Amino acid sequence: MPEKIEGRAIPLPLDNVDTDQIIPAQFLRLLEKKGLGKYLFYRWRYDERERPKSDFVLNDPRFKDGSVLVAKKNFGIGSSRENAVWALTDYGIRAVIAESFGDIFYGNSIKNGLACIKLDEKTVNEIIEKAKDGNLSVTVDLLNKKVIFDGKQVSFEIEEYARRRLMSGQSEIDYTLSHYLDKIEEHEKNMKAFMKTNLSETLKKLIEG
Amino acid sequence: MPYTITDKIWQSHEIAREDEFSLLYIDRHLTHEVTSPVAFSDMRQRGYRVRRPDLSLAVMDHNVPTDSKENPTMDDLSKKQMDALWDNSKTFNVPLLDFYSPYQGIIHVIGPELGFSLPGLTIAAGDSHTSTHGALGSVAFGIGTSEVEHVFVTQTLWIKKPKQFRIKINGKTRKGVSAKDLALYIIGKIGTGGGIGHIIEYSGETVSDMEVEGRMTLCNMSIEAGARSAIIEPDEKVFSYVKDAPLAPKGQEWEEAVDYWKSLKSDPNARYDKELEVDASSIKPMVTWGTNPSMVARVDGNVPDPSEIKDQTLKDEYERALKYMGLKPGQKITDINVDYVFIGSCTNARLSDLIEAAKVLKGKKVSKNVKALAVPGSEWVKRKAERMGLHRIYIDAGFEWRHSGCSMCIAMNSDRLPPGKRSASTSNRNFENRQGPGGRTHLVSPAMAAAAAVYGHFVDLADVDIAEVL
Repeated sequence: MPEKIEGRAIPLPLDNVDTDQIIPAQFLRLLEKKGLGKYLFYRWRYDERERPKSDFVLNDPRFKDGSVLVAKKNFGIGSSRENAVWALTDYGIRAVIAESFGDIFYGNSIKNGLACIKLDEKTVNEIIEKAKDGNLSVTVDLLNKKVIFDGKQVSFEIEEYARRRLMSGQSEIDYTLSHYLDKIEEHEKNMKAFMKTNLSETLKKLIEG
Repeated sequence: MPYTITDKIWQSHEIAREDEFSLLYIDRHLTHEVTSPVAFSDMRQRGYRVRRPDLSLAVMDHNVPTDSKENPTMDDLSKKQMDALWDNSKTFNVPLLDFYSPYQGIIHVIGPELGFSLPGLTIAAGDSHTSTHGALGSVAFGIGTSEVEHVFVTQTLWIKKPKQFRIKINGKTRKGVSAKDLALYIIGKIGTGGGIGHIIEYSGETVSDMEVEGRMTLCNMSIEAGARSAIIEPDEKVFSYVKDAPLAPKGQEWEEAVDYWKSLKSDPNARYDKELEVDASSIKPMVTWGTNPSMVARVDGNVPDPSEIKDQTLKDEYERALKYMGLKPGQKITDINVDYVFIGSCTNARLSDLIEAAKVLKGKKVSKNVKALAVPGSEWVKRKAERMGLHRIYIDAGFEWRHSGCSMCIAMNSDRLPPGKRSASTSNRNFENRQGPGGRTHLVSPAMAAAAAVYGHFVDLADVDIAEVL
């Protein structure tokens, strides 16, 4: 993950874009995360006969190579499906700018190198307005915590942990195991009896009927 | 320093901290067939194992057929996903309640029902409605697939401690007003983003008086207000709810556990980042009219008229929603006819939910224009209901009495709302296309759904006969 992301802005001036709209449940039955980009915003992008709807922004040729999606409030609320993030990244979206994000979606984005940047309403509206003709380039500078567009620089806030993870690209699991395994083991030794009750035996009986 | 229940559970599970994020130990991990396959295949590739299979439990729920166990309607993709969970549970030694298990059910119904979820624990599951388990007095998080893998391998989660939002609910509820109505009312008030970044702690006399399953509905729906999770202090009602569950601690361990659980109260002067007080006595049964759960009205109210709204974004959003829903501005809620009724989901398919709906259905018939489905939250709930004879009430009224699963809440199996059709649904999301492409969803309580099934349109429960079924 680079320190800077630069790309054409795609305006999606909507509040409450939920993860069911980002990727409908029918595509959650696939067993892989690759190739989901073609299902991104499926029901907004295609009609019942799977023809592209001309009034949806992703079908507008001016935004074809866009990689910075700009939406309004509560982007990614709803289901925990990480497929929503995979669909965005597989399509080629590298950053989402919005006023706020659903918590689980936001957490998922960090694990997949998708930069989710929170900006105030006024700035978001300004970017959306300027992006409408398809000629706005936006840069997300993670190192300096700035969004740059149309000769302007706007600072944003982001959790240090999230910023580090976005820039490092290292496996979080390997990181946890190499730094904290001893602490995990120590915690397990001190768990209260009811917390660590050996469930396996009772469960086995239940499962076997 | 005074602490909240969330602080207390957090402190006893935080292993490390890096800036704003905590490394939190997870006591119980639930998993299902939809959000786990990518985690398991990555684990295979990288040679990881499940650290604590004994603290993990897998169940098939999202795309299981509900029509039959012998001759189920199942498509290839669903079958592949269920087979994958079966293989993965064998390879990684994770206990699995499969499609045929007598204890199979919706992940957030079986966790508390089996005593896998208990007070004072940290709980995680690859499903947004994991906040449900907070009703027992636990800190419970819905997580994504990368996090599912992280929990499997390390039994921990990197997570920012949520801010804390206390919602106090006082007052006696009116006839026909349930936990679902309170939840919808609150979401209508604070919006779909009102809880973002927060864990909601519910308290007040209405919550203390509420049975545990109603509290689960309240905590379950908190995610629809954007909350990271929800929690309620455990009390005697919770202790007796979990006491006889198969996986609950027994004997001396039980006594010690209850002593500890009693200490999990929020201290009187504990600080909250946000507070709200709700007067339950003023609330009527609620019906959503739009395409997210905050678009909600009282049953004796009307669909809003976008032309009266000044804020342009909101106006556009309302117009878009009414168009999708096929409703007229200002239309009376009780004038909305329904084609389908769905009683089910992790929100409202526990025994008490089935009882509440049965009280309305007893001795009545489903309207001839309505197709009605009752899908118990677990196979065990189904057996308990059948022992009470509830299935007879449903079947005699004209409902289909199904096997358990997520069913028409998410429409991943063959239970779908057809295009343009309108449902009264006890589930949690009225998003566009949620119950099936082009389907129109109205979220309501189980008793409201039952009444809509009988009358063919929404009715105020104040005007409906409610029978005793016990």
